[in-house]
Amino acid sequence: MNFTLHIWRQSSADSEGHFETYEARNIPGEASFLEMLDILNDSLVTDGKEPVAFDHDCREGICGSCGMMINGRAHGPGRKQATCDARMRMFEDGQSITVEPWRAKPFPVIKDLMVDRRAFDRIIQAGGFISARTNAIPEANAIPVSKPAADEAMDAAACIGCGACVAACPNSSAMLFVAAKVSHLALLPQGQIERGDRVQRMVAQMDKEGFGNCSNNYACEAECPKEISVTHIARMNREFLRAKIYER
Amino acid sequence: MNSIVEYYLSSIGKKIVMSLTGLFLIIFLVEHLIGNMLLFANDGGAKYEAYSAFLVGNLVIRFIEIFLFAFICFHAILGVWLWFVNRYKRDTGYKKYRLRDNVPLASRTWTIITTGSFIALFLLIHLRSFFWPVRIEGGHMSEYDLVCRAFSDPLYGGFYLAAFILLGMHLKHGFQSAFQTLGLRNRKFTPIIDAAAFIVWFFIPLGYASIPVYFFYYSQIGGR
Amino acid sequence: MVLDSKIPEGPIEKKWTNHRFSMKLVNPSNRRKYSIIVVGTGLAGASAAASLADLGYKVLSFSYHESPRRAHSIAAQGGINAPKNYANDGDSIYRLFYDTLKGGDYRAREANVYRLAEVSGSIIDQCVAQGVPFARDYAGYLDTRSFGGAQVSRTFYARGQTGQQLLLGAYSALSRQIGAGQVIFYDRREMLDLVVVDEQARGIICRNLKNGAIESYAADAIVLATGGYGNTFFLSTMAKASNATAIWRAYKKGAAFANPCYTQIHPTCIPVGGEYQSKLTLMSESLRNDGRIWVPKKAGDLRRPNEVPEEERDYYLERMYPSFGNLVPRDVASRRAKEMCDNGFGVGPTKTAVYLDFSDAINRNGKKWIEEKYGNLFDMYHEITAENPYKTPMRIFPAMHYTMGGLWVDYNLMSTIPGLFVIGEANFSDHGANRLGASALMQGLADGYFVLPYTLPNYLASHSFKKIFAEQPEFKEIFSAVNAGTKKLLSIRGKTTVTDIHRELGKVMWEDAGMGRNAKGLKHALKRIPEIREKFWNDANVIGESGSVNLELEKAGRVADFLELSELLAADALHREESCGGHFREEHQTPAGEAKRNDKKFAYVAAWEYTGAGRKPVLHKEPLKFEYVKPSERSYK
Repeated sequence: MNFTLHIWRQSSADSEGHFETYEARNIPGEASFLEMLDILNDSLVTDGKEPVAFDHDCREGICGSCGMMINGRAHGPGRKQATCDARMRMFEDGQSITVEPWRAKPFPVIKDLMVDRRAFDRIIQAGGFISARTNAIPEANAIPVSKPAADEAMDAAACIGCGACVAACPNSSAMLFVAAKVSHLALLPQGQIERGDRVQRMVAQMDKEGFGNCSNNYACEAECPKEISVTHIARMNREFLRAKIYER
Repeated sequence: MNSIVEYYLSSIGKKIVMSLTGLFLIIFLVEHLIGNMLLFANDGGAKYEAYSAFLVGNLVIRFIEIFLFAFICFHAILGVWLWFVNRYKRDTGYKKYRLRDNVPLASRTWTIITTGSFIALFLLIHLRSFFWPVRIEGGHMSEYDLVCRAFSDPLYGGFYLAAFILLGMHLKHGFQSAFQTLGLRNRKFTPIIDAAAFIVWFFIPLGYASIPVYFFYYSQIGGR
Repeated sequence: MVLDSKIPEGPIEKKWTNHRFSMKLVNPSNRRKYSIIVVGTGLAGASAAASLADLGYKVLSFSYHESPRRAHSIAAQGGINAPKNYANDGDSIYRLFYDTLKGGDYRAREANVYRLAEVSGSIIDQCVAQGVPFARDYAGYLDTRSFGGAQVSRTFYARGQTGQQLLLGAYSALSRQIGAGQVIFYDRREMLDLVVVDEQARGIICRNLKNGAIESYAADAIVLATGGYGNTFFLSTMAKASNATAIWRAYKKGAAFANPCYTQIHPTCIPVGGEYQSKLTLMSESLRNDGRIWVPKKAGDLRRPNEVPEEERDYYLERMYPSFGNLVPRDVASRRAKEMCDNGFGVGPTKTAVYLDFSDAINRNGKKWIEEKYGNLFDMYHEITAENPYKTPMRIFPAMHYTMGGLWVDYNLMSTIPGLFVIGEANFSDHGANRLGASALMQGLADGYFVLPYTLPNYLASHSFKKIFAEQPEFKEIFSAVNAGTKKLLSIRGKTTVTDIHRELGKVMWEDAGMGRNAKGLKHALKRIPEIREKFWNDANVIGESGSVNLELEKAGRVADFLELSELLAADALHREESCGGHFREEHQTPAGEAKRNDKKFAYVAAWEYTGAGRKPVLHKEPLKFEYVKPSERSYK
């Protein structure tokens, strides 16, 4: 398969970026989107040109490193997949593909398609945990968790922190990411003690990082590679309201 | 900082204000529609005038009216403000951005702000036509007469119909959105909310739209 | 070099308890005076950094990722073992100890393995307390499943994403400490060398991957948790950037490298599709619980799987191993699959795959049941191959997956360099010659949560430390050496891409030092590796500059190290004239084709000492004594 690629090139955080056009030739349909970029990069290197920089690591859709806007869609046109899961056979032969980095103020570009998503880490650091000290813990089965609650917590905990929700949101809102963690921990009995404090601190940090407001259009859910549901955002809203009313 | 102020200043707090004011306005829409149905009583406006007089004379209603105006302003100003702020959360826009693949027309940011603005414009014209002459100028024409006169003009009626279609779109997003923000959307409630939403966004505008259509039709057959 | 394993005296079930009591402690108010560098933020690194910070030490944590949450521990699917005996099927610490030792083909230290089994129960407790959403039964208690190499149900799991959930648990603990200022996290830093001052590991030199700056960091102890070296084989289930640079540079600074030839092949991966392929995708071994592995009885059968009638299918694992069936250990399952394909029974377009069939399980328990258990794995398979595994059997083939070998450590997890601790997959570990499924997560977290936080303070308390600065000569010297190394890579300016050279190395390694090894192949590898290395240093095309993000330079540095490590791996494999676990020498097999150990000659840990560039490494032997479990032929019949 052949493709015409329009890829965002930006040599560093402070420099101006621009689109550059490349031809990708003889790409097997089974190749993943990243493997297609590998092939392109190999040919660029052979020609003595600088390869396109992008974040990636596990290449099986779980580490959350990769992520790019492909033809206006976060992680490409497929549902339920990270960029590394997208296969070239889902594109048409000869198609032209625009590749852009995640765009959001809190995600500054580092180089080309690489962005800095540490804002997510700072939100977790603000309270996205249960303060269980090592070894200061009860026997595992001393804390029963109902199966539905455990299952729903697992649904939320499946978040890979890739940032597609922010990238896809017209407001660059991080609500789905934050809600996934709030919801995961609020659903479990272990998370009850810090429940109110956690949601308040995480939301405060989220706002501080400069993410936008949620306008409930659910673009995030549609693009989430792990299909995290927006009902978790509803739960976070509820948790937040509850905490503001009852706590402190 | 005071917890309530802090709450309001947070991103979620602002959304709650949007949702609560929005829901209040929906309640008003329902009440206003029921009242307006009296226009169809076919009694030359007698019941309708009585109802208008009751509203004007009742102190409680007058008191709520203040809130109504305040909420409309709040909802509109905050909505525009949020839209404006959110636009700047993305420095460089995408060259290609296919929000439409993921989000239905009514829920796209652009739709909400456009429908909202149009509704605001509509409100100004509506108030100028029906509120101003009676309540501020204290003119001699009755509300019922104003209605008959206004909707005999097809342009004016057409403007109303357009506004109601946009209102429907605004409600289509707004109603479910309000419940989402209040944290009430979950596996159990979402189907109920979605069913109620259909009634709200489809039947309320439909009900309102029937008024200009009815009076235009009436004026054409020369009834009054 | 003296290898003192420092195994405590006493009966095996008392060793760790006694040792904990005899170790020295650091007064709580003195702890903040010590700083510890932890390189790597996978399960081992994150849990260690969080636990040490919990104790009050100042921790500096490093990762080549932007975030600690992206380490490759996240990709583990199946589960984590613990002898909780919740299934009431006769499990015990001793049984887990026994299974692990036997699974490792009696090439691990008894004392270490016992300790691993002993603390593994606490890991589950710890993870549950952190909010890891393990699978539950309807009463709300923890659910378990069985896994390869065990006849009890002791594997705890969180859907097919156990590694992710455990890592996010450790990440949340680490994040809490970062938020509290107790841990300083350095993102996108790659460790390029170790600094040893007065025979103590005292610092590291890193490259800041964002701006290319070379940076020095000093501390009182260094912990390496940088994972395995499976990417030596180019195609593996490892993450693309997983590398051996940190442990390899430590090896060159004097840390012994143990058992490099113990590598593990995972039996259930999606087969290679073509040259473009950048990595292999693993499908959790747990699939073997409900899937049945088969090939057509007739060699070269071209029919589609559903057209092959039941009586013409060879369920070879069930036939050869009636009691373990499809649940034989990984090495056995892998070897049998390769053998089937080598003999012409392979299926699929490339003839290098066997079927993993779920139709029986689907007929028995329904599609929904399978979906609940393995839904995400089935989706993943569907996505990659465009085949629907609910309808046609999956095609699987073994792939490079885990490395049991690593830096040599004593019972305290300290390498031969004082003050350099190595945990998780990076050390030569508790797995012997083969690791059982669901044991990697267990070992990583055991080291990080429950072993290192005791043994590292013991080291701090029993040594004195000079004040140290990153500006002093020892640092400066290595700093310049690292700088020179980077310049050298950029000065090659050849024609072959680094990826091509890596791929070439990988092919040699897979053919000659992969699943089945023999003297001829290994000698061939030992001849080819230096040639490829020379090609690299003469003709590699390393583009760009050092002063900014340069992914090619990062890749080149890693491949340069793989090109050296692979030689040690092959040499170790050649020297070990026996078959054990993942190390299968074709010359040494039973008539039935099973691994044949030579306990008389090879019941030792092979620890290699670096003696300088171009010189042969020196072999040191740590004899393995078995007081509790008598080595027997590992039979799963």
